[in-house]
Amino acid sequence: MSTVTVQIPPPLRPFADQAAALEIEATTVGEALARIGAGREALISRVLTPEGELRPYVNVFVGARNARHLDGLSTPLDDGDVVAIIPAVAGG
Amino acid sequence: MSVDRYARHLALAGFGAAEQARLRAATALVIGAGGLGSPALLYLAAAGIGELVVSDFDTVDVTNLQRQVLFTVADVGRPKAEAAAGHLRELNPDTTVTPVGSRLLDAELLAAVRQADVVLDCTDNFGTRFALNQACVQARKPLVSGAAIRYEGQLAVFRLDRPGGPCYRCLWQEEAEELESCRGNGVLGPVPGVIGSLMAVEALKIASGCAPSADGKLVLYDAVENDWRQLKLERDPACPACGAEQ
Repeated sequence: MSTVTVQIPPPLRPFADQAAALEIEATTVGEALARIGAGREALISRVLTPEGELRPYVNVFVGARNARHLDGLSTPLDDGDVVAIIPAVAGG
Repeated sequence: MSVDRYARHLALAGFGAAEQARLRAATALVIGAGGLGSPALLYLAAAGIGELVVSDFDTVDVTNLQRQVLFTVADVGRPKAEAAAGHLRELNPDTTVTPVGSRLLDAELLAAVRQADVVLDCTDNFGTRFALNQACVQARKPLVSGAAIRYEGQLAVFRLDRPGGPCYRCLWQEEAEELESCRGNGVLGPVPGVIGSLMAVEALKIASGCAPSADGKLVLYDAVENDWRQLKLERDPACPACGAEQ
């Protein structure tokens, strides 16, 4: 298990007790999302589809890299990794 | 063209008469004259870009004035493209301003993109963003993309005029739903101002060649913490928008 930080974007913070970041233990991106989603259905349902895939308007970055271009939800995590949930913004 | 007007450009390292002339010969297509488009248009006109094509089918609403600094109380109810063109011409008569008051779609959008040297996506919905990206991929034109809501902003530059780089669709999925809008969530006025100003910076660098554009990265601005982050943009080889083009 690695200790990682998952950054919560502002629009999802109301579903995470206003936390900007959560520190959890996980070995993959998918596991990290499952951990932060445990008991927070309103949060995780906005990040993952019912089938467990990333929603189209959300990217998850590990460090500076998009997990979609790594191994997706199977992307392994190391101690100290920062996992950032980044939603698409269209406002202009 | 008054040389004095651009003296502070010409005093810059990397920005000489050749760069100002290149800017004077350039056309920028700006889609959306709202919170992002207002500062972007003002700075591009002030800088002496040759032509601005301003596309917006909306009219000025009183709720726009809190952030859309291109407009005044007297503009409320007027077509945005037309009102914007008037103000921009007053700001700099050197710049030719062409207002487009209808929604550019399909062939019209592609034709407008083809005539531009740089395209600025200042829109407020994903449908237009994906359509504009597709047109820029097809026409191989650089796309400067900004977005802002609440206290957050995003900026990305896609050098679609060069082979091998990512496009907007490589980053966001086509089926993207509207997670949030300015109307429903609000936006702090200067936040789109910050992002729109950065869009102008990038467009000016591309149009003049005075400095390299900041492509290959997604810039995130959190106004609450005054926090800036940069994430890497990568090309998706299976991207349905640009995968076959490059």
